[in-house]
Amino acid sequence: MSERKIRVVVAKPGLDGHDRGAKIIARALRDAGMEVIYTGLHQTPEQIAATVIQEDADAVGLSILSGAHMTLVPKVVAMLREQGAEDVLVTVGGTIPADDIPELKRLGVAEVFTPGAPTDDIVEFLRDHVAAPA
Amino acid sequence: MAIDPGSERRAHQWLEERYSREREREVPFETLSGHPVAPLYTPEDLSGHDAERDEGFPGSFPYTRGVYPSMYRGRLWTMRQFAGFGTVEETNERFRYLLDHGQTGLSTAFDMPTLMGLDSDHARSLGEVGVEGVALDTVDDMATLFDGIPLDEVTVSMTINAPAAILLAFYVVAAEENGIAAGKLGGTIQTDILKEYIAQKEWCFPIEPAMRLVTDMVEWCSGEMPRWHPISISGYHIREAGATAQQELAFTLKDGLTYVERAVERGLDVDEFAPRLSFFFNAHIDFFEEIAKYRAARRIWARELRDTFGAKDPRSMLMRTHTQTAGVSLTAQQPLVNIIRTTIEALAGVLGGTQSLHTNSFDEALALPTPDAVRIALRTQQVIAHESGVPNTVDPLGGSYFVEKLTDEMEAAAYDYFARIDELGGMVAAIESNFPQREISDAAFEHQAALERGDRIMVGVNAFEVADDELTEIHRPDPAAEGRQRERLAETMARRDEDAVRTALGALERAAAEDRNLMPLLIDCARARVSEGEMVAAMQRVFGTYTETPVY
Repeated sequence: MSERKIRVVVAKPGLDGHDRGAKIIARALRDAGMEVIYTGLHQTPEQIAATVIQEDADAVGLSILSGAHMTLVPKVVAMLREQGAEDVLVTVGGTIPADDIPELKRLGVAEVFTPGAPTDDIVEFLRDHVAAPA
Repeated sequence: MAIDPGSERRAHQWLEERYSREREREVPFETLSGHPVAPLYTPEDLSGHDAERDEGFPGSFPYTRGVYPSMYRGRLWTMRQFAGFGTVEETNERFRYLLDHGQTGLSTAFDMPTLMGLDSDHARSLGEVGVEGVALDTVDDMATLFDGIPLDEVTVSMTINAPAAILLAFYVVAAEENGIAAGKLGGTIQTDILKEYIAQKEWCFPIEPAMRLVTDMVEWCSGEMPRWHPISISGYHIREAGATAQQELAFTLKDGLTYVERAVERGLDVDEFAPRLSFFFNAHIDFFEEIAKYRAARRIWARELRDTFGAKDPRSMLMRTHTQTAGVSLTAQQPLVNIIRTTIEALAGVLGGTQSLHTNSFDEALALPTPDAVRIALRTQQVIAHESGVPNTVDPLGGSYFVEKLTDEMEAAAYDYFARIDELGGMVAAIESNFPQREISDAAFEHQAALERGDRIMVGVNAFEVADDELTEIHRPDPAAEGRQRERLAETMARRDEDAVRTALGALERAAAEDRNLMPLLIDCARARVSEGEMVAAMQRVFGTYTETPVY
């Protein structure tokens, strides 16, 4: 089994500047031994997909607190698929109303973490669900 | 305070002989910000404290006990609920609803594209138009937003920063076309761009040109809008991003002092503009720490304005503040509990001597509030104002050993940060080197870690949880609002004189490259129906844009 660390892109799509959560997650994943690439703010879906592919990431965490998740998440998922990166695990975090979660999962989001989710749960989820590198 | 040596000995004796034999709960006794709290405060804790020098009287230097002599006996704080969603028509309706329910001022929340200087038809605005606030693109939108509201009577606050000068131009022109001169307008526009780079992160330009635009506006307002507050120096977002109370206090005041410095460098007399500066703080859940923060803030501001900047007019030294309860203290779990959190926070704001207050609605960890939730939030303020008896006397906590000690410690912590920022070359240089951003991100991480270790309890989140605690009814953004707003923008663009637009935009771009005040040019653009996005783009051609290097 390879020693390769899990590579995660933490991304902030859209225009909102609420990066507290994204930065906490990025740091918690890094502290848990993962390779973390944080995109910074105000990323377009195109930029995020490009980062995921360029960084050869295993997973991407999208942090959205702007209410624009139903516009932005499907775009990121579609772009990853178009570019042959459909095996990248996509998770979403932020203020996501419960009613929207089934639709996000139907689109291919592996899990949605809402306010109050412990960082340990997120670390564990990634460890359990990122396909073991070949 | 003169200390009776006998009392000091008695306090020691009590601690050693009585208290130390008691059992304490196994929890950290510290404030939300991690500041240690002693079992008891006595006169001994105030040995370096001079009541006359450090507290004074309400309405007199250093204003620790409040900025006005009569405080709430003279006039209650302004109940000002922040509102904005969808198109300007819908927000106008919400404003009228709030005024009908006894609100006494207006406060406008704009959507993300407006905050970032993008028009509603920009590709990057897709999915965000009218979602987190109201969408606004031109002066026509501004006119509709305040339609039927007497702008010479109701004071209006606008939360907008990077493009603040543009929105002020819209506001001035909308009022002017309605027969109200700029000089009669009362209200506040946030304009606090430094805290955007530190915490809120909605920007259009690099820091230096952004500071020039702020100073242009301060200069223009000091001549043309005597009732207007051109900057609301804001700790709110700094705190929400994870700062401690001490960091909120220090970074906000240092930002404020930096604006004063820039205006003085521009050649303005400090007493010409400082009376129009106002502040905006967070009211978080640690009751006494927050009260101490407001009291320390007033004292530091008064001293710095008088002693560092040589202000003579007492109005330059008074720190007037708006306060908002902490959004970040609210939980998605068991949301009705948020009403209680907000009540405690609002009470801290009032006991801390705020001039206006926004109380968050209980559903705001999930979405923008519903009208019912907003009404409860407003009722919370009304209960404090009219039932609790709290406003009957000025600064009822003044003289409390604990509150005075905490106020002194808060002040000392702020000065420690001032020294560290000065070592880095001032606030702009400190921001460029990511100093405040890193301090805040470390504090946010530590707070989260304390929650996960269980050192800190959040009711309903890491203790006392229940299943099925979700709200069934939340505000959902209207998906059709984006289309309606694009139509509004297209209509304004179709009606306008394109030659006038080109002339106004060309003049703006040229002036941006020169050493000229941009406000009159922005007003000309607003009259010609130039959109916000067009003005920002014209200035970006000269100023460039901003990209941060994130730290975490």
